[in-house]
Amino acid sequence: MQSQRKIRILIAKPGLDSHDRGAKIVARALRDAGMEVIYTGLRQTPEQIVETALQEDVDVIGLSILSGAHRTLFPRIMELLKQKDLTDMMVFAGGIIPEEDIPEMKKLGIKEIFGPGTRTDTIVQFVFDNIPKRP
Amino acid sequence: MSDKEKINEIMKERERWEKTTLPKWMENRPERKNEFRNHSDTLIKRVYTPEDTKNMDYMRDLGFPGEYPFTRGVHATMYRGRLWTMRQFSGYGTAEQTNQRFKYLLKEGETGLSIAFDYPTITGYDSDHPFARGEVGICGVAVASLKDMEVLLDGIPLDKVTTSMTINGPAAMLLAMYVAVGDKQGVPREKIGGTTQNDMLKEFFAQKLCIFPPKPSLKLVTDIIEYCAHHLPKWNPISISGYHIREAGENALQELAFTIYDGIASVESALERGLNVDDFASRLSFFFASHNNLFEEIAKFRAARRLWAKIMKERFHARNPRSMWMRMHIQTSGCTLTAQQPLSNIIRTTIEALAAILGGTQSLHTNSFDEALCLPTEEAVRVALRTQQIIAHESGAADTIDPLAGSYYVEYLTNEMEEQAMEYIQKIDDMGGAIVAIEKGFFQKEIADSAYKYQRETDDKKRIIVGVNKYTTGDETSIPMLRVDPKVEEEQVAGLQKLRRERNNRKVDEMLEKLHYATEKDENLMPIIIEAVKTYATLGEICGVLRKVYGEHKELIVI
Amino acid sequence: MTKIEEIVQGVLSGNRRSIARAITIIENNTAETHKLVASIYPHTGKAHIIGITGPGGSGKSTLIEKIIREYRRKDKTVGVIAVDPTSPFTGGAFLGDRIRMQELSTDQGVFIRSMATRNYMGGIAKATKDAVKVLDAAGKDIVIVETVGAGQSEVEIIKVAKTIVVIFAPGLGDEIQAIKAGMMEIADIFVVNKADRENANKAIMDIQAMLQLNNQEKTWKKPVLKTTALTGEGVPQLIERIEEHKHFLERQLEHKRSREKAEAELIEAIKEKVATSMIEKLKKEGKFEEFLKKILKKEMDPTSAAEKLLNEKFRNKV
Ligand SMILES: Nc1nc2c(ncn2[C@@H]2O[C@H](COP(=O)(O)OP(=O)(O)OP(=O)(O)O)[C@@H](O)[C@H]2O)c(=O)[nH]1
Ligand SMILES: [Mg+2]
Repeated sequence: MQSQRKIRILIAKPGLDSHDRGAKIVARALRDAGMEVIYTGLRQTPEQIVETALQEDVDVIGLSILSGAHRTLFPRIMELLKQKDLTDMMVFAGGIIPEEDIPEMKKLGIKEIFGPGTRTDTIVQFVFDNIPKRP
Repeated sequence: MSDKEKINEIMKERERWEKTTLPKWMENRPERKNEFRNHSDTLIKRVYTPEDTKNMDYMRDLGFPGEYPFTRGVHATMYRGRLWTMRQFSGYGTAEQTNQRFKYLLKEGETGLSIAFDYPTITGYDSDHPFARGEVGICGVAVASLKDMEVLLDGIPLDKVTTSMTINGPAAMLLAMYVAVGDKQGVPREKIGGTTQNDMLKEFFAQKLCIFPPKPSLKLVTDIIEYCAHHLPKWNPISISGYHIREAGENALQELAFTIYDGIASVESALERGLNVDDFASRLSFFFASHNNLFEEIAKFRAARRLWAKIMKERFHARNPRSMWMRMHIQTSGCTLTAQQPLSNIIRTTIEALAAILGGTQSLHTNSFDEALCLPTEEAVRVALRTQQIIAHESGAADTIDPLAGSYYVEYLTNEMEEQAMEYIQKIDDMGGAIVAIEKGFFQKEIADSAYKYQRETDDKKRIIVGVNKYTTGDETSIPMLRVDPKVEEEQVAGLQKLRRERNNRKVDEMLEKLHYATEKDENLMPIIIEAVKTYATLGEICGVLRKVYGEHKELIVI
Repeated sequence: MTKIEEIVQGVLSGNRRSIARAITIIENNTAETHKLVASIYPHTGKAHIIGITGPGGSGKSTLIEKIIREYRRKDKTVGVIAVDPTSPFTGGAFLGDRIRMQELSTDQGVFIRSMATRNYMGGIAKATKDAVKVLDAAGKDIVIVETVGAGQSEVEIIKVAKTIVVIFAPGLGDEIQAIKAGMMEIADIFVVNKADRENANKAIMDIQAMLQLNNQEKTWKKPVLKTTALTGEGVPQLIERIEEHKHFLERQLEHKRSREKAEAELIEAIKEKVATSMIEKLKKEGKFEEFLKKILKKEMDPTSAAEKLLNEKFRNKV
């Protein structure tokens, strides 16, 4: 029997901002690297993002935000993941997130935060290196 | 010698030069790259000569400023008469804070206002809607009702200052609030001047802050155009925007072509409404990005003016020369700013601003150096404004009109851009127009591919970005950052809820019901929306009624 | 309990996490897949499975969103499997259908899952079928499968559905080809979406003309409907037709069952009648007694005796 395991990844845009240029470039790079990318589209509430991750049973969640609302929305997303027992999914983020906020975001359980100017292959490699071991 | 003979002579001389002088230099000092290309992927030659502009006809292609085809500018005196409007896009926190910022900028020499709204406002949600959590006042100012607009414009004379509002889906509501404040100030409606962005088409494929589906969105756009044609003669009802197309990832050529096409679609939809082209076309305005390839950008602005004039004349049979004017506002490109070594952004912005001035803009916003990181601080925004003032008063760039006309390179690029943009326009025409192209994902695909290409080139260092993929220092200079206090949201929400308690709610409900009825009946909604905002019905409530009738838009995703 | 048993239990009780895990196991095609599918199989068969297919961009996902809302209004629970192609070059996939259904993602009566084809021969059709079984076993009243109707493998996928809806948008053009290429036969219902656009009526006529050429069978007359998925116009009518088709299938099934039953009864009755009359005749002729004795003397066994008797009997007749 031929096993067909693939990395499934959710690229989600919480918040109301519509700057999806980065999210789409990353989505495309991850797809081209052989992953199955589920993209939520814009304006997703934390509840929608977490429900989607659950239904799609993804290995990884990438959050992209440029509106500055991460201080409100990221804690909520991480909390919901915990509530739904989805802590085995790896979460990373990108967008405009000030340096001084990063330690706090990492404490929430966000594995890495990529700022503007990050090379796409850095992100792809990061995902490969940090795929959670799931049953 | 005839012109033709002269060109032949030059061609022979060039060929001689290429055989004799050039090879020696190529040997000792070879060129840095195999080929040079600009953002639009045009191959850039080593040197341009009269050969490259040999088909140009001065009177046909350039003419004089203030005359068809307006390549050299829409006004006959240009900056020798009046400098461009220095209009800094700003807004953050509460209406009060932004009002202070406006007053500061006006004191520092700004000549027009430009309001940045926060995301809940832009997307038609009240500050206390669940979607607004964490977003209130963060990326712009929160305006949930006429009350906020009153505070925002407090002490600003609406008959003297013009205001640009970057607002699309809820443009009608925000314009209504602006008009209502004008009424309160006692300013006659004929004197109220400014611009609503109100360009829905680009929202569907580039900016994506849409609320309603394409059809009703275009209907609202046309309502505003029609209303302004009759009641607000100094208001630019629409600012046809290439800026967002560019920021989403397009190159200069695509920005040019798609913006012009967006203009075509807007004119068509107003004509369908039964308006006469010369009744509204003179109030259409445009909004472009100025990126950092200096000559390419200058050529883009010049080509845009000429192309639009031709389209208005030949395609839409406009008679009034003013209908053929392309008046533009330009913003320096946000996506060229780097988070790394932010002070370098001042230089980028300077080059981009210079391109805008040499390209003949009517109005300019210069980005602040800290905007890749946060909203601009007062200091950063002052530097940005000073950049414009230095170009205006010190550089001499504003002392003659269209100073680069006749440059072989610039004229060549201008012609090239116009020609290729025409090809795109033809292609979209053949596809069945803008809406069909959107539904087919044509623009989206073009954007996605260009954005991806740009990123790949940057990753591969084919495109150098100083401080990002070359000359990186490691230790980054840290700059002071503007943070919006989370208390702003609490205050704003409390204020809004107080308003809901204290206003005459029966009147509000009645108005909303009337609005619902009018929306279903398909009449021009501007008058009733003005009435509605005056009862302090909130933005979210008004948009809510329209959402119910029109439904909401979901974007077509192409990566 | 083993892990698989746990997941099966979870699926049967409608646990969303378990449903998601089960589908992953099916997608990954591991050693456990067969066991999982075998254990849920007995609990399937209740859901009505609807296949939605048609050219790219015709509005399938948008329409599905509206179909779900309509079923939710009727208090039915819905599962969706949206299949998108895996890139043959990179092995990756971009799964974008659910974007149009995101508002429903938090509705606990709805479960939406995207699947990539993963390019293994015949695999996706089976995987889709099994994923549908999971949603069925989890108690979803309706399961909808979306595929873009492009080629043979998609036709295989969509065959899991009991009711197949083929959707088009105005301006058919090349899509006429697609109709020829197999869609026509498998469709139970045709939909022309984007009825808000010009040319919608022309598209309907094109399809109807095509149907006439293809000489429909009389049992189920394939309807051609018009929808505007953006606003939901025409969706209630579509659902009505889907329900009608479902009843048609049920009637067909019932018809088949009663036929089988009647046949069995008839056979029973004939046997009974033939045997009785034959025995009576043999007794009258004395043959019966004669052979009975032979059997008692162990000269013959009963089967051979019967054979011989009948042979003689029928030879005489012929
Ligand atoms: N005008 C109009 N546009 C529609 C209608 N239904 C869908 N669309 C638009 O058509 C585009 C494609 O819609 P989808 O629902 O993604 O189509 P799809 O068939 O699922 O597409 P794929 O999954 O990519 O094959 C979107 O831009 C929709 O908004 C409709 O009834 N009228
Ligand atoms: Mg789809």
